[in-house]
Amino acid sequence: MRVTFLTEAPLDLAELVAEVSAPDRGGIATFLGLVRNHQAGKAVVRLEYSAYLPMAEAECAAILAEAERQWPARLAVRHRIGTLHVGDAAVIVAAASAHRAPAFEACRYVIEELKRRVPIWKKEFFQDGGVDWVEPQ
Amino acid sequence: MAELQTVTVLLFARYAELLGTATLQMALPEPPTAAAVVAAVRALPGGLSVPESPLVAINARQAQGGDPVEAGDEVALLPPMAGG
Repeated sequence: MRVTFLTEAPLDLAELVAEVSAPDRGGIATFLGLVRNHQAGKAVVRLEYSAYLPMAEAECAAILAEAERQWPARLAVRHRIGTLHVGDAAVIVAAASAHRAPAFEACRYVIEELKRRVPIWKKEFFQDGGVDWVEPQ
Repeated sequence: MAELQTVTVLLFARYAELLGTATLQMALPEPPTAAAVVAAVRALPGGLSVPESPLVAINARQAQGGDPVEAGDEVALLPPMAGG
């Protein structure tokens, strides 16, 4: 079964760690992006994530390949779409390398690139009933 | 006489809401560019809320406004990305 990078199912950190683990990789760095309960001083109730799926899948694959070319590391990423509530993990990145420096750096690269170029959008629903599309500066 | 080419336009997030649809079939004089597709979308009701130069993708790959679009291509207009 081919793994996809985007899924509506809850994300599993242990699954991603297992994916990148190997006996010769002693350092594993992970990043979890969770839905937080506030945005610009307003209380957030939930987010709805959507994506341009074929391009998002292709860009995730490209980003992992770039990271694995630049660092001696094995990378994995998953991003959740659909309705997420406060505390839910929206994205997880795992990076494993023989040593910690490449693991940290590759992990950072993947999340920064994902935020920059993977076509995913999120709509915020506030406690006061307001709704807004998140648009980064 | 210019031959018309049909392309599929995909809209997402805020753009889909403002135009009231996620998919459009548009017939444009050949050879269109991505920028010409954007201009045609902007000419629709609600379309001016799409910027003049939004992020665009052709067949699921990020593209520039000057890139050519062929009949049957899928052109996506992408609001600023907010993943993660």
